[in-house]
Amino acid sequence: MRSLIDILDLSKEEIDDLIGTACDIMDHPEQYSEICKGKKLATLFYEPSTRTRLSFEAAMYELGGNCLGFSEANSSSAAKGESVSDTAIIVSNYADIIAMRHPKEGAPLVASMKATVPIINAGDGGHNHPTQTLTDLLTIYKECGTFDNLTVGLCGDLKFGRTVHSLIAALSRYTNVKFILISPDELKVPDYVKDQYLDPKNIEYSETEDLEAVIPELDILYMTRVQRERFFNEADYIRLKNRYILTPQKLVSAKKTMKILHPLPRVNEISVSVDDDPRAVYFRQTLYGKFIRMALILKLLEVQ
Amino acid sequence: MIIGTIVNGVVIDHIPAGRGMELYSKMKLDRLECEVALIKNAPSGKCGKKDILKVNEEIKINYEILGYIDPRITVNIIKDGQRVQKMHPALPETLIDVIFCRNPRCITSVEQEISHVFRLTDREHGVYRCVYCDAQADKKEK
Repeated sequence: MRSLIDILDLSKEEIDDLIGTACDIMDHPEQYSEICKGKKLATLFYEPSTRTRLSFEAAMYELGGNCLGFSEANSSSAAKGESVSDTAIIVSNYADIIAMRHPKEGAPLVASMKATVPIINAGDGGHNHPTQTLTDLLTIYKECGTFDNLTVGLCGDLKFGRTVHSLIAALSRYTNVKFILISPDELKVPDYVKDQYLDPKNIEYSETEDLEAVIPELDILYMTRVQRERFFNEADYIRLKNRYILTPQKLVSAKKTMKILHPLPRVNEISVSVDDDPRAVYFRQTLYGKFIRMALILKLLEVQ
Repeated sequence: MIIGTIVNGVVIDHIPAGRGMELYSKMKLDRLECEVALIKNAPSGKCGKKDILKVNEEIKINYEILGYIDPRITVNIIKDGQRVQKMHPALPETLIDVIFCRNPRCITSVEQEISHVFRLTDREHGVYRCVYCDAQADKKEK
């Protein structure tokens, strides 16, 4: 039985297989519409989410399966003090697979140690969010046709942005990928991410606070939200939240082929006037998220 | 200062000066019924000063803790008054409930029954990270 806690739980070949399956589902959805009939997905969401939870549920329904679960901790036994381990054991009796989001880092790993069904980490605090990374990878593959030889700009909250850490880990396994890390000093990528994924492989990266200076170099611009819920101090959040706002003016010097990704939700870091730009792929990205989750559910349930 | 020689037991030598009591606590030597001696600030040719622990009983040694405190520590196994084995603990791959995660965002901060597990991620610099949240072990504990 496999779980997915960290994107690096999957080999590069397994990720390529998942992307292949997702592309096949997109091309032949009718062949997959009954494939999980009789299977149940439990979505255990201890903190709010729109896209991730709904895309998991949509994915399971489109595979012919069913869903159960909760969307906030207050409506679960966590409000009575039940541990993550106990919840995992109990829900294993009711569902064939579990997708868990939790504000505490490592909670899905704890659940996977006790559960008797596969656990999918649907986001654990500011730590990991592997299915968002799979979504990002499928988006890059569909929009750019390759993972190799890309210059990837990551912009905004690179400290608490879990999607950024996972994406760096995943892309670091491809050939000649260069990272440009764009953030204020207070929200820089943590050292451990650089120590674990970039430095050992001598992967080229640079750090800057100036988005406009580097935007002409980018093949991909991955924007992130400054996350209010990760700050202990409201004043720090207010000081940093408007630091990067992508506008049509800032895109003038960008490549015509550049793609703009965002894990969403956005607050104001991408102006709505960018939405109609052909380089903006962040809404299509959410659709890709459903297909890659379908592929993942099939893999972890070992459905052929 | 004279501490009697032990007959059957263990001498843990070359403990960095000042860390003997920490080792005594982490190894739970206070729970033993036998004679246990902690010598602090003993003169050392190699490092100036050192701490030494002598346990007059054969005990199960937790090499994880010793290796984490300092891989230069030596463990001498004594039988019938003679040293029969001398070992250096290696830096362990995993530490379980030896050090504790200080990250307030980590699941271990709210679920008390979970073991605190750290994995060696950089042997050269002795860096340990929490398996749950990837937080680096607090250097002050070393």
